[in-house]
Amino acid sequence: MSKTKEEVSEPVRVAMVRDVTKVYRLGGQDVKALAGVSFEFKQGDFVAIMGTSGSGKSTLLNLLGCLDRPTSGQYLLGGHDVATLTDEEVSRVRGRYLGFVFQSYNLIQQLSVVENIMVPLSYQVPVRPDGRELSTKLATLVGLAGRLDHRPSQLSGGQQQRVAIARALVNNPHVILADEPTGNLDTATSNEIMDLLDVLNKTGRTIVMVTHEPDIAERAKTVITLRDGLIQSVEQNRS
Amino acid sequence: MNVIQQLKLGFRSLMLHKLRSALAVLGILIGVTAVIWLVAMGEGVSYQAQQQIKDLGATSIIIRTIKPSEEANSDSGSRSGIAYGLLRSDYDRIITNIPTISAAVPMREISRDVRRDEYVVPAQVIGCTPKYFSINRLPIARGRPLAASDLQGLENVTVLAHDVAERLFPIQDPLGRAIQIGTEFYVVVGVAQDRTAAAAIGGSFSARQYNRDVYIPLNTFQKRIGDRVITVRGGTFQNETIELNQITAVVDDVAAVDASADIIRALLERYHKTVDYAVVVPKELLEQAETMRMMFNVLLLLIAGISLVVGGIGIMNIMLATVTERTREIGVRRALGATKGEIVQQFLWETVVLSGTGGLLGVAVGFLCGPTVQGVRFAIKSFMPDVWLTLPPTIHQLEPRLAPWSIIAAFGISVGVGIVFGIYPARRAANMDPIEALRHE
Ligand SMILES: Nc1ncnc2c1ncn2[C@@H]1O[C@H](COP(=O)(O)OP(=O)(O)OP(=O)(O)O)[C@@H](O)[C@H]1O
Ligand SMILES: [Mg+2]
Repeated sequence: MSKTKEEVSEPVRVAMVRDVTKVYRLGGQDVKALAGVSFEFKQGDFVAIMGTSGSGKSTLLNLLGCLDRPTSGQYLLGGHDVATLTDEEVSRVRGRYLGFVFQSYNLIQQLSVVENIMVPLSYQVPVRPDGRELSTKLATLVGLAGRLDHRPSQLSGGQQQRVAIARALVNNPHVILADEPTGNLDTATSNEIMDLLDVLNKTGRTIVMVTHEPDIAERAKTVITLRDGLIQSVEQNRS
Repeated sequence: MNVIQQLKLGFRSLMLHKLRSALAVLGILIGVTAVIWLVAMGEGVSYQAQQQIKDLGATSIIIRTIKPSEEANSDSGSRSGIAYGLLRSDYDRIITNIPTISAAVPMREISRDVRRDEYVVPAQVIGCTPKYFSINRLPIARGRPLAASDLQGLENVTVLAHDVAERLFPIQDPLGRAIQIGTEFYVVVGVAQDRTAAAAIGGSFSARQYNRDVYIPLNTFQKRIGDRVITVRGGTFQNETIELNQITAVVDDVAAVDASADIIRALLERYHKTVDYAVVVPKELLEQAETMRMMFNVLLLLIAGISLVVGGIGIMNIMLATVTERTREIGVRRALGATKGEIVQQFLWETVVLSGTGGLLGVAVGFLCGPTVQGVRFAIKSFMPDVWLTLPPTIHQLEPRLAPWSIIAAFGISVGVGIVFGIYPARRAANMDPIEALRHE
């Protein structure tokens, strides 16, 4: 997205959902995972999504991540109306505008640290010639300079999540989406990961993160609380 | 990603399950090796057959005496003996009546033991004319071939084939020395060069073993051995009269071979009540052999194709297991921007690595065909000499001939099979719902 004069003063809108619903049909019954959610994500936002189990947090994040399509409502990402895109275009949008961090790291076992970080680049057209240098730089940034050629199975959970974060950064995404990124980690490691996300946010990246731990959510700028598929509250944290 | 990166990634992914991947590779390897070996053996056999037929000469027509069936000659009575086969008059008629025939050689043969002092060698005694040597392309190693004067003078002279000479005269020079056939002595005037067997002509004749022959002038044969052959079989005397066993006619022009053969057939038909002869045209044999070779190759390809399909099913099996196991990876890759097409590609490259590796190894093993055949032959010869002797000469002399097309075809088919059988698992991977895939345990 190119910046116009007007947008320099005001934060750029990177993603927006308007009245999105998601209905799962189970047997004869409809399950409303999202019942009409509207929100705008601006550049530099750090949003935590909270809510009880089954409130629709993951469903919303999957929609934001273009892994799923809403039953109704509109989702705009990077100027695209996601509903109008083909499967291939949606894949390209994911690769270009989004970075993912998962609860269970989801690194590819047969690849080394650097190669895992490089994976999103292999789906970029045109191919970046400096992919390996960039990945090495990012691995260093997340504190894994000494483990470039290690396999995921040789790393601790926290280290694996760092690799996952580096991987989410490599394509220079507009938004980083994280579903319970600290869910499998102890408190100390969780804080380290959050420090890392903080740093990224300070450098201008938009982060949307699902969590059900209040002290993790506290470190975000904005906390959205979902309940039964609806936004119950939006709070701004004082930093 | 470029091809090399794709192949590397495929290889790395397959290395996650080394044994499983190795077994799939083995399936393809065996298929490819089977194609190459079977075709090489087939080519070897048919090449041998073709060489043997070519030895008979593309411009020759061979007329052989054959024993007529029992009921056909029952009227002639078994006590007085039967007379059958080609006649000396047939030979005269053929050379005088058919202008396209430039040369012809009459021949009479019989199995006899040949002696010299304490050496006894079972041999095929051939009564022939001097032209026999040139028409059958039998070069003389030492001495001279039979001469026209030998025939006119009814001389007791002989030319020995290579093996016979070697066995009768292990040390001495046979030239000028005498050998004994029956009660008669013959002076050796020449020794023929070593010569491998020629093709079996017609169903009933076995391959011509030139190396066991002893040549004497036809007229001498007629005088000393005679037309009548008496054999004792089951306590009764069998009494057969044969004038000539074979006439080899040579035509100037290959184009005239078929027509000339037809004339010979018609000519013989007029003078023979029973069919006690066969007209064999090597050129036709050659054409038949060529047809046989092609049919053989098609059959082999079919068999080999089946084994490759079996290998392909192995690959499909393994790729399906791989796709299921790596559901998460597929989900992750989709989330990180991979399109369905890119997932299909990734898994297809993996099957290409599998089948390509199998194919390359199969080609490598394919090249071992010749040494393997030689090794097996040597092993049988050294450890089971009895078995060796019972094997037909075709196997004694078999040299597998690697056919370049079979190598290319085998490799191509193996990679093709990999792709065909890889498409379904790859599409299955690509069509997974990314969310489901990410949630997969
Ligand atoms: N694939 C699906 N099919 C049917 N129903 C589903 C599916 N995915 C989610 N749901 C339903 O949608 C609702 C919201 O699910 P979601 O996964 O978004 O919850 P969540 O807020 O992420 O919960 P948790 O904190 O346990 O992860 C739930 O009631 C769930 O049962
Ligand atoms: Mg969830």
